Amino acid sequence: MKKYIAKRAATMFGVLLITLLITIMLVGSNMDTILKQGVVFQVRSEITENPEIAQSFSSVQEFEGYIQDRTDERIKNLGLDEPWYSPQRIGLTMYKIILLDFGQATFLTSDLGSSDVKEIIFEKLPRTILLFTTATILISIIGIFVGALSASKIGSTIDRITSSFAIISSSFPVWWIGMLMIFLFAFTYQIFPARATPDIPASSPEYLGALLYHMTLPLITIVMIGFGSWAYLVRNFMVGIMQEDFIIAKKAIGIKQSKITYTHALKNAAPPIITILALSLSGSLGGAIITEAVFDWPGMGRLYFEAITVMDLPVIIGATYILTVFFLVSIFIADLLYGYFDPRIRTNTE
Amino acid sequence: MSSITPQDIKKEFFKSKMGIAGITILSILILTSIFTMVLIPIETFQEWNNPGSWITYPKTAIPVWVNLFLFEKIPEHKILTQPNIKNAANNEINLSSYQFNFNFEYDQFPNDFIYSYSSQYVNSPLLEMSVIRPDGIKLKLVSTSLPYSDVITIHEDKIFSTDAMIKKELFLQEEKFEFKIDKLSAEDIVFSKTKVNEPLKGNYVFLINLYEINEKSEITESNLIIGGKAFGIMGTDELRRDLAMGLLWGTPLALFIGLVVSIASVIMGLIYGVYAGFKGKKTDETLMRFNDVIYALPALPFLIILSVTISNSIFVMIGFLMIFGWVGIAKVARSMSLQIKTRGYVEAATMMGQKDSKMILKHILPQLLPYAFASVAISVPAAITTEAGLSFLGLGDPSFPTWGQILHDANTFGATARGLWWWIVPPGIMIAITGLAFVFIGNALDSIINPKLKR
Repeated sequence: MKKYIAKRAATMFGVLLITLLITIMLVGSNMDTILKQGVVFQVRSEITENPEIAQSFSSVQEFEGYIQDRTDERIKNLGLDEPWYSPQRIGLTMYKIILLDFGQATFLTSDLGSSDVKEIIFEKLPRTILLFTTATILISIIGIFVGALSASKIGSTIDRITSSFAIISSSFPVWWIGMLMIFLFAFTYQIFPARATPDIPASSPEYLGALLYHMTLPLITIVMIGFGSWAYLVRNFMVGIMQEDFIIAKKAIGIKQSKITYTHALKNAAPPIITILALSLSGSLGGAIITEAVFDWPGMGRLYFEAITVMDLPVIIGATYILTVFFLVSIFIADLLYGYFDPRIRTNTE
Repeated sequence: MSSITPQDIKKEFFKSKMGIAGITILSILILTSIFTMVLIPIETFQEWNNPGSWITYPKTAIPVWVNLFLFEKIPEHKILTQPNIKNAANNEINLSSYQFNFNFEYDQFPNDFIYSYSSQYVNSPLLEMSVIRPDGIKLKLVSTSLPYSDVITIHEDKIFSTDAMIKKELFLQEEKFEFKIDKLSAEDIVFSKTKVNEPLKGNYVFLINLYEINEKSEITESNLIIGGKAFGIMGTDELRRDLAMGLLWGTPLALFIGLVVSIASVIMGLIYGVYAGFKGKKTDETLMRFNDVIYALPALPFLIILSVTISNSIFVMIGFLMIFGWVGIAKVARSMSLQIKTRGYVEAATMMGQKDSKMILKHILPQLLPYAFASVAISVPAAITTEAGLSFLGLGDPSFPTWGQILHDANTFGATARGLWWWIVPPGIMIAITGLAFVFIGNALDSIINPKLKR
């Protein structure tokens, strides 16, 4: 088991590094240009602040030459004179990122006005976790209940409704349903706010209440679209288990159907369900980008979207890193749970 | 899983209601695509993003069929292109007269009216525009002379209902109305009852006369637009585009994206997984580690970064979607081929010294075909919704009117806040229906391949 965990952990860390490397490769050249422009801007603004330096030049060429020298000097000091793809620079960037040092954002700021990428991300992250964890928990509770119910009465009306609802709801994009929900419940019937960002400052005591109120519409939407496929999944697991010999034996000795469904069968269906729960948590984080953009929910997804729109590269890299870490951790947990529940996985070393 | 023959699958498939429903929807979609590609002019597709080519259409017009459910009829947008032409000559004066007849049966005033023409003349003919209303009153709208020219010229111009000269002319005929008209716009006067300012229903004739002394002049091309608030089967958007065209062109695009992505990913996944499973040992280990890496990449953030940094062309996007599509299939294909490998006939073939490629192609892959078809069907909706999602975020290919792109435009122009439901609802329903068709087919196939779920 230890060997299995170590192996999985090593793979995950490898994946993390690869993801990081690919991200840096993709945005690296742009990032380089932006950093260099930043240096030039810095030098020029220093000169405009000190009129004495500006006055000491006799010609434009001399002035430009001075700026060029200063810029080159700084670029060298910062190590920007090497191409962005040089191993030292990539290595340094990756090392910094792993230690959560993402640098300063180019355009975006946190609600409190800081442009430190780390602060921005850690301000948005809890909100995404709040929305999507709540949604996933609700989805799984409703899903397991409805799924077990329809598995105990296969072919009944409930079963058919669940199955068809699952199939139909899974083919609607969540964000489109989101648009409809905003259209219906924010504009036609003005029950919920259209923008999910509370308009009072984050420091005031009513903020949490406002946040929860603004969360209702996205939450309802995500749960509505999500629970159907969960119920269907649980149902299919349960159906498989209900055909096992030990359940049939229990039926034969006269244990009540409902007791069999909710205790014996559900207990045996637990491993795959828990595994999928862990996976769907991480999956929902990825989907958060579009959903949060639609509802304007002030979390990681919207941050990511905004960063992409204005090409704020440090934020993009930071957010990708954090999203990947979350994704990998939940896959890792899912893997461990799966291995724990199903010994065949970890003994099968082939 | 492999004891079923293709014939059995076909028979079983057409027995299941879901399978038939899926196939029916899919055939309708395919027919729509063929219809679109054959009958709809390709210009509507190429010029989708060129505002100039949609200029004669109304802005955010509601679909016309909505009028069927309303008591107060919304004015339809009318583009009249074929006037009745009459020529008359009286001594030296030549008169050519162009008449546009149309029926106005709505309970609101039109938005505006625009007359655009191109005329061929010498000298300076007089252009007169007037309207004969259902109640017999003739209102003079414009009386102007065209710019002087020595030689034969072609003059193009537009007369808008907002033009000051129309306003002036109408003001001179104020006595025909029993209410004050000085604050009203031209269309609210022209289409109004004389007693109260309400729309007058009936047959209107817009009359354009061209007077010329001695010379012969004519209007070669002209059309009259009565600007309404309802247009076409699907309405129009903020950029005056006919949404029906966008929705129609979206169908072949969505099918193309979905099918290409899923078929290619399934083929890639199958070959990869089967090869890993069949080879076993070190090869399997290495290939599966690589598979794990791709599997653990967060797909959507990566697709976003790729589309921003590399290219957002639809074909490149299809390639990116494939990168993330084949992974799960490879895993299943591997474990299936591990099972098949242990069967007697495969071992026998190995002992007879058959080549690896032949073994895989002849003995293992055919066994996986039913599973492959089911996975193609099941992975199509994901490809379509992912592409739609990326387009919705504004990262798609703007030169193609995909459904996601239409929804993106709707979102940019605040369609939800403005209640423009005809801009939001149909594209989403099309995405869902297309997804549904493939989910139905996939589920029907799946329940044949895994009979356990049926009981």
